[in-house]
Amino acid sequence: MNQEILINAQHISRYYGALAAVDDVSFEVRRGEVVGFLGPNGAGKSTTMQLITGNLAPNMGKIEINGFDILDQPKLAKAELGYLPEQPPLYRDASVDEYLLFCAKLNRIAKSQQQTALDNVKQRCGLTEVGKRLIGALSKGFQQRVGIAQAIIHSPAVVILDEPTVGLDPIQIREIRHLIRELGNDHSVILSTHILPEVQATCDRVQIIHHGKIVLSESIAGLSEKMQSTQTIIALRHPPTSFSEIESLPGVDFVESAGDARFNVHHHPEQNPAEEIVSLAVQNAWGLFELVPHRMSLEEIFVDITHEEFDEALEVEPL
Amino acid sequence: MFTIAAKEFRSLFFSPLAWSILAICEFIIAYLFLGQLELFLQLQSQLSALQRSPGVTEFVASPVFANAAVVLLLIVPLLTMRMISEERKAQTISLLFSAPVSMMEIVLGKYLGIMAFLLLLVALVALMPLSLYLGSTLDFGLLVAALIGLVLMLASFTALGLYISTICNQPSVAAVITFGALVMLWIIEWAGGYFENAKAVFEYLSLLNHYQSLLRGVIKLSDIAYYLLFIISFLILSYRRLDADRLQS
Repeated sequence: MNQEILINAQHISRYYGALAAVDDVSFEVRRGEVVGFLGPNGAGKSTTMQLITGNLAPNMGKIEINGFDILDQPKLAKAELGYLPEQPPLYRDASVDEYLLFCAKLNRIAKSQQQTALDNVKQRCGLTEVGKRLIGALSKGFQQRVGIAQAIIHSPAVVILDEPTVGLDPIQIREIRHLIRELGNDHSVILSTHILPEVQATCDRVQIIHHGKIVLSESIAGLSEKMQSTQTIIALRHPPTSFSEIESLPGVDFVESAGDARFNVHHHPEQNPAEEIVSLAVQNAWGLFELVPHRMSLEEIFVDITHEEFDEALEVEPL
Repeated sequence: MFTIAAKEFRSLFFSPLAWSILAICEFIIAYLFLGQLELFLQLQSQLSALQRSPGVTEFVASPVFANAAVVLLLIVPLLTMRMISEERKAQTISLLFSAPVSMMEIVLGKYLGIMAFLLLLVALVALMPLSLYLGSTLDFGLLVAALIGLVLMLASFTALGLYISTICNQPSVAAVITFGALVMLWIIEWAGGYFENAKAVFEYLSLLNHYQSLLRGVIKLSDIAYYLLFIISFLILSYRRLDADRLQS
């Protein structure tokens, strides 16, 4: 945690008329971190990214990229920034080489290093074969890669990717995720997505945005702890009338019926009673045919958080 | 800034648009030029009898430049319409916004890119009257004045077109509005005929009026200033409009 802070956003807000798309959001991203922005549609993910990249100006608050304020020193801040918007900003009638060279010049890469930067980034994004082809003639997956190449050609300190794997096939998604992990080694990466496993696969930290606010900011490690099994589902062919035997096991809180001959055993995370349950079931001939540790998935946490908020909002609204 | 200008200039040639514009303009202006030249040859003997007879430059080059301006009035909106609105539509504008270039550099880059193309066009047009030099003498003063006039005129068209392109999201809408605005500015001096007391105002506003004196070979500071003010105003307006994209939208 002694690594320098590359993105520092303090109390940023952005309104569209009366609607607060981003509402008093603060966060920091350090070098070498991959942060995933999660949120339902219209939660403010893209707006936050546009604010960070200077495509939009915040109504309140301030954003620093590598120590440079995006509003006061936009050129210095933007030089440290690579951005792939939701819709990759590609000139369809240019070839990949022409386009990337233009991006290199636009980002003021010295003339002598432009060619090296170009070759480097093409190799990294798997574009070496298609350099001469027109961007408009490439498949969506390749266009997305060109979009990423454009964002990292000047090796910025901060890379911001808005839904980078949308519209790609599973193999391409794996490649892009691999690329993002690789970028995380020497850059800071923020990516937004609504694909939950993607966050688990690529990010160090998750921020869930909902109604323009950050409702959860947690490292993946902390999140896995949250997701540890606290329930075991057992299915019994001949269930007993009372589960007092299971409930008296150390660490078990209570047992509830989940219907369809299945029962939910709630227990403490550090004391998994699976073995004892099995031997009890054998002793008493309950006919145990299924035992599944129930893990809380990121999806459930996500739904949990966003749903609660949603309910609250519903309660407030009639007033 | 020059990167953007160079890219703008080159991207014009990616599509057949630039080539067809160059070809069509050359063709129409050459046709006008040859027609005027033919007329000059027919009337030459009568003209020389006049007290203050017009030379070949005055008789041929000036009308050609005057007509060239009208032809380009039709063409410039087609060039300028794409400048910002297309980038906005394809959302490529965010590439420029998140690059380390200032808003003013984006505006000037775009503007210079189109101007480079139009200067190429003007150079090709200028070759026609220059070809008369092979068989005659030319009034270079008049020719230079007319050229300056044409370039300033085109620069004004482009500045207006750029501004309108920043307002619109649809290139075709931008083209129509630019065209309308240019024609209006062109003919606004006609209104001077109906309102006697405001005649000077209408004449001052008209793009055409300032061009005509330059075509006669008169380089007046007030005319040059008019064009420069026109250009700078619309460039600043474009800049403000683009900057406003960031603040609201």
